[in-house]
Amino acid sequence: MKDKGMTSLKAVKELIMESTESKESTESLESTESKESTESLESKESKESTEFKESTESKESTESMKSIMGRSVAVNRFPAMVQEMLGLFLDSDLEPIYEKVVREERLSFEDGLTLFRSNNLLGLGFLANLVRERINGNDAYYIYNQHINYTNICKNGCRFCAFSRKEGEQGAYVMSLDEVAKKVRARLNEPITEVHIVGGLNDNLPYTYYLDMLSTIKEVRPSIHIQAFTAVEIFYLAEISGQSVEETLLELKDAGLGSLPGGGAEVFSPRVRQAVCPKKIPAKEWLETMKTAHSLGIRTNATMLYGHIETLKERVDHLLALREAQDEWGGFLTFIPLAFHPQNTRMDSLKKTSGFDDLKNIAVSRLLLDNFDHIKPFWIMVTPKIAQIALSFGADDMDGTVIEERITHMAGGETAQVLPQSDLIRLIKEAGRCPRQRDTLYNVMGN
Amino acid sequence: MNTLETSTKLEAGTTLEASTKLEASTTLEAITKKVIDDIRITEEDAVILFQEADLLTLGALANLKRQRLHPGKMITYIVDRNINYTNICLSKCRFCAFFREDGAEGGYVLSQKELAQKIEETLELGGIQILLQGGLHPRLELGYYEDLLRFIKSRYTIHIHGFSPPEIIHISRQSNLPVQTVLERLRASGLDSIPGGGAEILVDRVREQVSPCKCNSREWLGVMETAHRIGMKTTATMMFGHLETLEERIEHLSVVRHLQDKTGGFTAFIPWPFQPGNTSIARPVSSGFEYLKTLAISRIFLDNVPNIQASWVTQGAKVAQIALNFGANDLGSTMIEENVVAAAGVSFRLPESELIRIIEGAGFLPNRRTMDYALL
Repeated sequence: MKDKGMTSLKAVKELIMESTESKESTESLESTESKESTESLESKESKESTEFKESTESKESTESMKSIMGRSVAVNRFPAMVQEMLGLFLDSDLEPIYEKVVREERLSFEDGLTLFRSNNLLGLGFLANLVRERINGNDAYYIYNQHINYTNICKNGCRFCAFSRKEGEQGAYVMSLDEVAKKVRARLNEPITEVHIVGGLNDNLPYTYYLDMLSTIKEVRPSIHIQAFTAVEIFYLAEISGQSVEETLLELKDAGLGSLPGGGAEVFSPRVRQAVCPKKIPAKEWLETMKTAHSLGIRTNATMLYGHIETLKERVDHLLALREAQDEWGGFLTFIPLAFHPQNTRMDSLKKTSGFDDLKNIAVSRLLLDNFDHIKPFWIMVTPKIAQIALSFGADDMDGTVIEERITHMAGGETAQVLPQSDLIRLIKEAGRCPRQRDTLYNVMGN
Repeated sequence: MNTLETSTKLEAGTTLEASTKLEASTTLEAITKKVIDDIRITEEDAVILFQEADLLTLGALANLKRQRLHPGKMITYIVDRNINYTNICLSKCRFCAFFREDGAEGGYVLSQKELAQKIEETLELGGIQILLQGGLHPRLELGYYEDLLRFIKSRYTIHIHGFSPPEIIHISRQSNLPVQTVLERLRASGLDSIPGGGAEILVDRVREQVSPCKCNSREWLGVMETAHRIGMKTTATMMFGHLETLEERIEHLSVVRHLQDKTGGFTAFIPWPFQPGNTSIARPVSSGFEYLKTLAISRIFLDNVPNIQASWVTQGAKVAQIALNFGANDLGSTMIEENVVAAAGVSFRLPESELIRIIEGAGFLPNRRTMDYALL
């Protein structure tokens, strides 16, 4: 045993010598996004493969070692056992995709379908984790935020929604601007960096309500970042203000809007939208609204509501449409797969999503959305346990401390309303990741 | 610890720390190799696996072990009901939210009528077993338990998985009889097998703190060894995540493995995390990560225990389903009734149809089983 250990130790040392030989190569490994790094990796190819000939059998394993070296999954730490370790994770379906992932090649529609159809959960996690650690290293982000759902009166009446009410219906509400201000003021003593605002399409609220809401919040808490109004709300505000989406966004931005949440995307397929949210804007408008925001320098998130009537093909189409839109401006900050919650909706004959499907959606979106920096499970929906486990399946963000979330909870979400900062940090640390408190735009907060 | 970090540290000149970590990483490689080569790992190996291996690697290794023991896609479960004949208990364990003291409000002992009703409901739902457990009641003696068993067996065809080691020890003390005699008389009255509860952590330092009045680890193991020797099957459990150290958690696995080497009488191992609600131990709930790691290491370490159960009762359906990729090959019981965990504020319900759905949803094939893992 000891002898074997020594041999391996030698191999690891050689590996380290190789990777530290020039500082350039270490740096380029860290920032794999730049083209230079790919080149410098390629230029080292021949040299490294000679170096590893003793410890590894085939060129293939050398190749994989080189490309994925320095990541936290054990396979990458065990130069002598790469093939054996890969054999634990990969199967004939995933192997070709693994090759692409290692070469940083864009995955195809077919690849996406293969991934969604795979039952090899650990293999999916392994592949997604390669990309996750390439982009985000060992960091896991969280934010200290506050949610405000200003009204639940909504004319869209989507079938998957347990939150919306018609006007006059029991439980319908609108927050006055005073109430909104009060909610923000009540928590001035907390280090909140973002207020997250989403609501229904309420015909009784004038356009000025939204502008005033933003400026009121900014008056109460000038330094706060306001992430408000999904593309669906923005499109609606353009309609009621009689302006273009661009003009509307600029006005909202002037009033204090910082960025847009990613809701309302649901599933882009017209078939699905017709069945579950026929009154909501079509995919084209959703994407155009987002791209307009990006062109104005307003960052946004993106989502997909999975686990209802959508097919796997429709999921892949959705993700690829987002990837294409992201190629244009690069304005999407984070992708958030949202798990459908059936209780109290008009689709309550459906079941809750499974943990398997939750993790699969995280992993596949991490792999397909190669131009997104961040993948975030929404713990409110998938439970903190799954959100934590997701940090090994492609996710790099635990979202926030979230106070007063109403939308999921009205659909039978059983999670707590608050996850204190100390819990978030503990969960991240127990997952072996490095907790990073961020602001909305992923600037890491000094502490 | 990854190689890139190691290299950076070597560069920065913190050679000692880096080389220590490098060595650790090499040890991890050797342990991983052992698991792949199907060589038994040591307690130290298990500690290092817990501290050093990433979640996916642990999952892959546990999965490998599971595949070797259970080739194919089958996941088993049993349709049964927990029946807690009394909640009056002398033990007063600090982690328990279920017990009442004798004479206290809310204390109960089930009547034969209540018992019969529960069993009939179980049979109607296709149940084939009851898990019969209760508190250490100060005024009940062996005769009560024999009557209870005979009452059930004279009326119903049902497997009785009952009386964990602390109850057996309690009955033996109450009746001044050796454990073997108690076991033989209970078996003669209808007891079929023994549940592995009350094991908590089988290290006396920990037991003295969390359950000082409960039998010690030697006694717990003694009951199991005796049961195995007279031909009774039992399970083993571990309740972790309270006051034990990581080393003590592994020691628990070790004593179970050791006894299993001697007797081979354990059919399954069931680890679950301590649920702190309504108890007198202030600890955060174990995370999903902690659970999956412990489960995976149990599968890897306990190479001689055939089955590992996932605990949906404490973890919920989502994590229990994920656990099927982390070494578990069984989802335990449908638990038509469960009281003890529910008393600690955790109540997941899972009808058989849901159990089947999560098994199939993860790409496995569901199969009903008996206590000794015969398929139905």
